[in-house]
Amino acid sequence: MRISSKHLTLLVLAALIAVAPLFFPSGYYFRVGALIFVNALAVTGIVILTGYAGQISLGHAGFAGIGGYACALAPVHWGIPPALAVVLGALVSGILAYLVGRPILRLKGYYLGVASLGFGILVAMVLNNERQLTKGPDGIEVPDLGLRGLLKDWGLNLSNGEFWYAFTGICLLIGAWIALNLFNSPSGRALRALHGSEIAAGTVGIDVARVKLQAFVISAVYASVAGSLTALQNKFVTPDIAGFMHSVEMVTMAVLGGVGSVPGAILGAGILTLLPQVLTVFAEYEQLILGLVMMLVMIFLREGLVPSILRKIRGRGE
Amino acid sequence: MSELLQFLFSGLTVGAVYALVALGFTIIYNASGVVNFAQGEFVMLGGMITVFAHAAGLPLPLAALLAIAATAAIGVGLNKFAIEPARGAPVVSLIIITIGASIFIRGAAQLIFDKQIHSFPSFSGDDPIHVMGATILTQSLWAIGGAFAVFVGLWLFFTRTILGRAVLATSNNRLAAQLVGINTDFVMTLSFTLSAAIGAFAGVLITPITMTSYDVGLGLALKGFAGAMLGGMGNPKGAFAGGLLLGLLEALTAGYLSSQYKEAAAFVVILAVLFFMPQGLFGSKSTDRV
Repeated sequence: MRISSKHLTLLVLAALIAVAPLFFPSGYYFRVGALIFVNALAVTGIVILTGYAGQISLGHAGFAGIGGYACALAPVHWGIPPALAVVLGALVSGILAYLVGRPILRLKGYYLGVASLGFGILVAMVLNNERQLTKGPDGIEVPDLGLRGLLKDWGLNLSNGEFWYAFTGICLLIGAWIALNLFNSPSGRALRALHGSEIAAGTVGIDVARVKLQAFVISAVYASVAGSLTALQNKFVTPDIAGFMHSVEMVTMAVLGGVGSVPGAILGAGILTLLPQVLTVFAEYEQLILGLVMMLVMIFLREGLVPSILRKIRGRGE
Repeated sequence: MSELLQFLFSGLTVGAVYALVALGFTIIYNASGVVNFAQGEFVMLGGMITVFAHAAGLPLPLAALLAIAATAAIGVGLNKFAIEPARGAPVVSLIIITIGASIFIRGAAQLIFDKQIHSFPSFSGDDPIHVMGATILTQSLWAIGGAFAVFVGLWLFFTRTILGRAVLATSNNRLAAQLVGINTDFVMTLSFTLSAAIGAFAGVLITPITMTSYDVGLGLALKGFAGAMLGGMGNPKGAFAGGLLLGLLEALTAGYLSSQYKEAAAFVVILAVLFFMPQGLFGSKSTDRV
């Protein structure tokens, strides 16, 4: 049997997630791992939107905010269990993405970028200002997911770090699987092939606006779920999750790894999540570094790390 | 009545700055098809450099001139080192580059200057002028007058000078402009110089009223962009009117609806314009560049 590159990617990813803990010197690394997985999940959504539909969103943190606050608010105000709140957040994010995207994705170029930027900032503004609901800039507590307790009842006793590492790892695998399937679907292939020219795609009968809208909605759901997971893991969420810098982080991660590549999303998320852990001065230089990475990659390494490396390897093999 | 007049005054004051930012957007967009998300950083640099040059002992006018010149140089650098090497890149890449540039400049400003809020004295004292029960700061008059002066100057430049016409020709058709002997690289450099200088000038005008800090750029860029879109992307008259209108809208929102959500006015405008009239008020059909 010939293993397709899709299955190979998933197998390598699963193996990495399973094997990495053997090398963890302390429990703290489980937490870093889970952070990487959650970021990678959100960035996979960006890759779908940018790599697959050639659009950019500068407000994806807005959807992460909706996902995160859904987990904080829905259980307290409407008695919805946290697991269902994740779904609720994803649903709301998807619907909002549809409403924002539908008229705008018929236009080209900068419009989605700017509209999504405005949308993200509106969400952050509401989270900051509606104090009686969201408790404002100080943030709000998020109830426990309850899954870890359930596993304990079944005789599987995981530490908090181990549980979140495994849980977010599985979520990432599912997210990557869906994204890879989308990439390899007939319309996905056609769109990627014609990525450079919407006109060309249109002339061969692809409803460009519709496919772009689908990609926007799907990527919003990714961001929302990632936001929910962040909130649930931290048991706390602040409006920063919806802030512009978070949107920029997501885009930078995608750009660094490679906007057309799911492994690229994961590598980009890995590097930029690890950087602040390794570099203690990072907090001070964060904006400088993020901005520089964005510019340098787009000027000198336009495809991002993973596609550029793959091309090198293939080029040598021929 | 005096209340409304008061809101109009403050709306026109900030609107003048938005109008200048919107004009800066339009100049670069027309010359190169690039929306420069770092436009707001130019305003921030204009204010911040003036503050620190003034604090270092330079007289205010000299500090302001230095700030405008330095910011213009940074604009040229942005074009040379980030936009020109990426020529022909897809829109998404250009967006990421200018966003990257804006974050980079902000990060650098935070390190070089500081994270505090700064201001410097008004040009002609702090005594307000009373008009029919409302008051207006002399600095507001400077801001509104300055914006009008820049607008008229640009209009004369584009319609009355060979160089201005060369910019217009380049924005219409880059290749054709090259064929008739226009140095389009120079036009690009010029447009970045101009819009950076205009941005910095806006920063100098408004800092005595609104104060400045390293992170004011993004908000200003967004509002300038909203103003430019409201008027019709790529149309200088539209950009100017759109910026003023947005300022008024924001002041009225703050006055009559909610001061917490006054910032939201710009984003609601962006979304509404995109939904209902993507060509903007002064409709130009150049939005669909093929």
